[in-house]
Amino acid sequence: MAAMSGLEIDVRLKRYPAVGRAAPHIALKDLRFTARRGEFVCLLGPSGCGKTTLLNIIAGLDRDFDGQVSLPTAPGKEEPVIGYVFQNPRLLPWRTVIENIKLVLTPEQAASGIVEDLLAATELQEFPHAYPERLSVGMSRRVALVRAFAVQPDLLLMDEPFVSLDEPTADRLRLLLLEIWRAHPTTVLFVTHDTREAAVLADRIILLSSAPGSIVMDLPIDIPRCERNDPAIIESIRQRLNGGDEFRV
Amino acid sequence: MATRHLLNAPTPWSAVWWHAASAAALLLIWHVASALTDARLLPPPAVVFSVLVAGIRDGELLWHVGITLARVAASFTLAMLVGVPIGIAMGRSRSLDRFFDSWLVLFLNIPALVTIVLCYVWFGLIEAAAIAAVAVNKIPNVIVTLREGARTLNKDHLEMAQVFRLGRAKTLRHVILPELLPFIVAASRSGLALIWKIVLVVELLGRSNGVGFQIHLFFQFFDVASILAYTIAFVGVIQFIELAILQPLERRANRWRR
Repeated sequence: MAAMSGLEIDVRLKRYPAVGRAAPHIALKDLRFTARRGEFVCLLGPSGCGKTTLLNIIAGLDRDFDGQVSLPTAPGKEEPVIGYVFQNPRLLPWRTVIENIKLVLTPEQAASGIVEDLLAATELQEFPHAYPERLSVGMSRRVALVRAFAVQPDLLLMDEPFVSLDEPTADRLRLLLLEIWRAHPTTVLFVTHDTREAAVLADRIILLSSAPGSIVMDLPIDIPRCERNDPAIIESIRQRLNGGDEFRV
Repeated sequence: MATRHLLNAPTPWSAVWWHAASAAALLLIWHVASALTDARLLPPPAVVFSVLVAGIRDGELLWHVGITLARVAASFTLAMLVGVPIGIAMGRSRSLDRFFDSWLVLFLNIPALVTIVLCYVWFGLIEAAAIAAVAVNKIPNVIVTLREGARTLNKDHLEMAQVFRLGRAKTLRHVILPELLPFIVAASRSGLALIWKIVLVVELLGRSNGVGFQIHLFFQFFDVASILAYTIAFVGVIQFIELAILQPLERRANRWRR
């Protein structure tokens, strides 16, 4: 595989075996796509369509599937580095903010100043020694964002990272995400069920069907992000996503 | 250290009074019971305390308590070092758990006395046999407690550690052990209480010093006052360990909690 290859996903079948009386469940079927290096891809689909399952397969947490996944690797690196922003921040409650972040870094990264830069960018510079349980939900999510960018990932996976926040906070975090991403470019796979969120963020939106998840539409968004604060533009993207009855928020 | 700690935690005066009243009542009942029965079989508190003070003065009591404490510390350390890893492994691996579960049940149900006698028979009346016998009695309890903890480890954190490639050593130190700490503390607590009682039996059966040996000696002389004095001294020491070491450690480990 060429050194500059991007992300290549080919999941033929992912099925959960029957548990007790529950029937076996086919989560994903014939799901194929590639992403360019540095592309911001939103995976949009209804709840329960297997989005998180797909991210876990890509992250290597779930190896029990039929198909293959090839990750983008930076030239000169042996293995791709993955950053993952989970749906819940998944910070260790017994470690402070700064300890949580530095824990996942190499000594060089920890000493490089990237953490301090990212903490400043997310306005967390005053709380490095706070324990996560004392942070607000929005702050915890920013810490998770910092942690994922600080590892300088070849691939950044994000699983509805702004769900259950109030809309103004979520909006601010989305802009913050784009700002950080511009400063630290990487391939992003962003999972959401919110059409508006996808329309604001993505270079490209991949629309998934309900379970078993497969691709319904692959829509490149070529409107520059600076024009997307216009509600009419966002609405036009949503129209193009098939009227989006199913996904209207 | 301990006194400073106790002073730091403000205790309401009413609680102090309740404790004092309860202790006084116990001493009074003891005294009356002694007066009503034979003072040789149940010496009054004053006599027991004078024996205690004499034993501390001439150093004999302190020496034997010290020896016993050293045995408690050695067996406790051994039991934790062996039991914690096995407990974690059995909690994490279903096949290990299935295979060794019946062994565990067996060891849990072997009476302490049997282990002690067998250790002395097999290895001789030596210090190592005594320590091993006590540890073997405690290890199954440590395993059961830690297995319970390891079974309920938070999968979210483990997945985070895997995705961010923490590696085994860092995952153990920063993810698994902190989460298991309450279980380790629980195993330590119950361990201390169990171990010091078994150590006395080990000393009684096959050692020539320590509190257990002394109590055996006093038994032969029918010296109840000395038996009670040694008991009080040892209970005091164990309580001190709980207050001065275990509780502050636990508080420190829990400071992240809201």
